[in-house]
Amino acid sequence: MAKKVAFMQGNEAGAHGALYAGCKFFAGYPITPSTEVAEVMSAELPKVGGKFIQMEDEIGAMAALIGASLTGTKALTSTSGPGFSLKQENIGYACITEVPCVIFNVMRGGPSTGMPTGPSQSDIMSAKWGTHGDHPAICLVPASVQEIFEETVRAFNLSEKYRTPVTIMPDEIVAHMRERIVFPEPGELEVINRTAPSVPPEKYKPYDTSFGDVPPLAAFGTNYRFHVTGLNKMEDGFPTTKAAIVQAEEERQVRKVEANADDIIKYEEYLMDDADIVVVAFGSTSRSARFAVNEARKQGIKAGLFRLITFWPFPEKQLLALSKKVKAFITPEMNLGMCTGVVKGCIEGNAPVHGIFRVDGEPINPGQILDKMKEVK
Amino acid sequence: MAFDYDKYIRPGKLPHIWCPGCGHGIVMKGLIRAIDSLGLDKNNTAIVSGIGCASRLPGYIDCCTLHTAHGRAAAFATGVKMAKPEMNVILCGGDGDGTAIGGNHFIHACRRNIDMTYIIMNNNIYGMTGGQFSPCTPTGAKASTTPYGNPDPAFDVAKLAIGAGATFVARGTAYHATQIDKLIAEAIQHKGFSVVEILDDCPTTYGRRNKFKSVIEMMNRLKDIAVPVKAAEKMTPEQLEGKVLTGVLYKQEKPEYTTEYAKVIERAKGAK
Amino acid sequence: MSGRYELRFSGAGGQGLILAGVIMAEAASIYDGKQAVQSQSYGPEARGGASKSEVIISDGPIDYPKATVVDALLALTQEACDKYSHDLKEGGILLIDSDLVTKEPVGNFKVTKFNITNTAKNEIGREIVTNIVALGAMVALTGVISKESAEKAVLARVPEAFLELNKKAFNVGYEKALAAQK
Ligand SMILES: Cc1ncc(C[n+]2csc(CCOP(=O)(O)OP(=O)(O)O)c2C)c(N)n1
Ligand code: SF4
Repeated sequence: MAKKVAFMQGNEAGAHGALYAGCKFFAGYPITPSTEVAEVMSAELPKVGGKFIQMEDEIGAMAALIGASLTGTKALTSTSGPGFSLKQENIGYACITEVPCVIFNVMRGGPSTGMPTGPSQSDIMSAKWGTHGDHPAICLVPASVQEIFEETVRAFNLSEKYRTPVTIMPDEIVAHMRERIVFPEPGELEVINRTAPSVPPEKYKPYDTSFGDVPPLAAFGTNYRFHVTGLNKMEDGFPTTKAAIVQAEEERQVRKVEANADDIIKYEEYLMDDADIVVVAFGSTSRSARFAVNEARKQGIKAGLFRLITFWPFPEKQLLALSKKVKAFITPEMNLGMCTGVVKGCIEGNAPVHGIFRVDGEPINPGQILDKMKEVK
Repeated sequence: MAFDYDKYIRPGKLPHIWCPGCGHGIVMKGLIRAIDSLGLDKNNTAIVSGIGCASRLPGYIDCCTLHTAHGRAAAFATGVKMAKPEMNVILCGGDGDGTAIGGNHFIHACRRNIDMTYIIMNNNIYGMTGGQFSPCTPTGAKASTTPYGNPDPAFDVAKLAIGAGATFVARGTAYHATQIDKLIAEAIQHKGFSVVEILDDCPTTYGRRNKFKSVIEMMNRLKDIAVPVKAAEKMTPEQLEGKVLTGVLYKQEKPEYTTEYAKVIERAKGAK
Repeated sequence: MSGRYELRFSGAGGQGLILAGVIMAEAASIYDGKQAVQSQSYGPEARGGASKSEVIISDGPIDYPKATVVDALLALTQEACDKYSHDLKEGGILLIDSDLVTKEPVGNFKVTKFNITNTAKNEIGREIVTNIVALGAMVALTGVISKESAEKAVLARVPEAFLELNKKAFNVGYEKALAAQK
């Protein structure tokens, strides 16, 4: 049977990806350039018995998301820039309470209102450090309409699997452009659901580490009654200030993601076998980079592309290994050096890193990257 | 026979954190009696709070309990209720939590008329952080951040709720303890967003600064200012000066949010 | 065709150029078996002022989704023509509304002009189909996608009540462009 194909926008693909993953709840607050996600969800969710609610602000939207997820419902929100800042408070709440949920954040110019319709890639640090305190971070950075669909499904999977919020962050260009998408059949992509408790209600503890670093999560409104708090907690979910417990719990929360980095990290290597100039890029910028790599190859430059699909956790190991064999890295990004700094931080000075930064609302074009390749070759 | 609160209190979670003389415990007992009188299924009842002394209440009760972020209880609870409309959802918290940082979520929950009950414990102060003034601190009162007297006017929580669209609004006091459960029970039974304001006391951070000599004096004030709505009908404006009305202040039938959303689902399914 | 073919539809916000671009790209990628990407300028520009919709069509994967050197440009207004003709390539196709664009850009372009807006208004009877008239013309001039695919894509995107209107608009635009081609 021929698969369903459509020509659609990145944001729409994100919404459809969420539905494919079994999302049944959306809470949001309108903001350009992410609004199409909310629009599609408002139309599609009730058709499958799901719920859509437009909240009074992004803080409330993030809160409602967590509330819904605690009833065992997969939940999505979408936002951009200023809204992402407002969500941070409760993203932290979802981290410490370990409640799965997915945040679809379309990157636009900032800080503050910035450039509401201009593309940017400057939220990647907020995705890791936007909320206060130590916490795990998973952040995915798709580069095409098809990939937005697939990575949104993966965002839900990772969120459910690791009991933690996951951010998926297309930049405005990828989110707003239209491309052909081939819809996966039901069952074609893996869909993961959170692990339900295997013990009877009276034995259940929401943070019972005897089940490993990711304890099973029960749902409100079933036979399991439990307490959830944003305070540091013990395995039964109640607050504690006991030093040893707090230390162990904080470490576990970060470890459950860091120790599973290999499962979460995803990247694509293009013409990397013999490359000595490697572009590290993500989102729409990686598309410019691939174009530039192809051009460079025609001109005899041994260029390659390391495309990040997972931004956090960052593929530190992989880049360190690469840094021992390549001549130079080029890091084009629509911000003033966020990814560049991260790359430098993990390659122990083995190779120079040449950033190309743009924050004027214009994409980095292939010519800029090609020029840099010629300069450093 | 004395009421058995232990049926609802989580084993091992007492003593509570509240100071001697704090009114929050009185409200908790009222809520427990209300839950009991209605025979609510604990498995199917969520109690959601924000941050503050009052917001610690859910932790002690053996239901599905959610202690959220400061001011956000109404928003978290909205998510729970939307996702599982069959659950009883009860919110609780302090005046600061609900009307300052949470004011926006509060008024919008009222506006939606979503079927939840919000118990707001108004002790006129930010207790947990040591007695800073809240939007419900009376003008002129002393707080740790109003050493020269509070220049701010205060909210009337009940009027705020009515104005914002809540369809059941009641007020009680911690002094009139035996009425609390009845008000809460009636609020829970009401279909729509119901608000129960309980005038409460914080001897530790409010009483001390505002020349109340004892908890008894604070409680006596609650006794003195409260006038049941029925009794107020027969009183002159002069007699009502400085008093607050108690009892069910407002009740109306209006479309409820999750019921309306169920219709959206029907329409969407029909549109396929 | 090999490599990239870049088209830009430009005019004033509200003229339906985004949709014209979407239909072009959809025709290429869904009905013609090619690859296509459509993108657009957003924001205040979309509410009046100059607006553009870009389409890249290729036989192979398309990396960079925005225009680099434009092969074919439609300009429905003078403002759009001034603003968006700078990267039209040597010998590129330029389609302009002869009533509304009086100052042509300097350069060596294959210029075609006819009264696009007026055709929609008076010949078809509805100004709102200006974008479809222009689309028909662009399909004729560029030959980058087949006429059948383009027509199918148009009909798939417009409301049922307006199928005939749009079909006519598309065909009139197509014919007029061929006739006007120098
Ligand atoms: C975002 C945020 N800001 C400030 C605080 C600090 N804080 C904790 S409780 C509280 C006030 C609580 O007062 P109220 O809601 O009236 O309850 P009470 O303690 O009097 O019962 C404040 C300001 C916080 N926890 N979070
Ligand atoms: S500080 Fe005030 S509100 Fe808090 S527990 Fe003590 S008396 Fe109650």
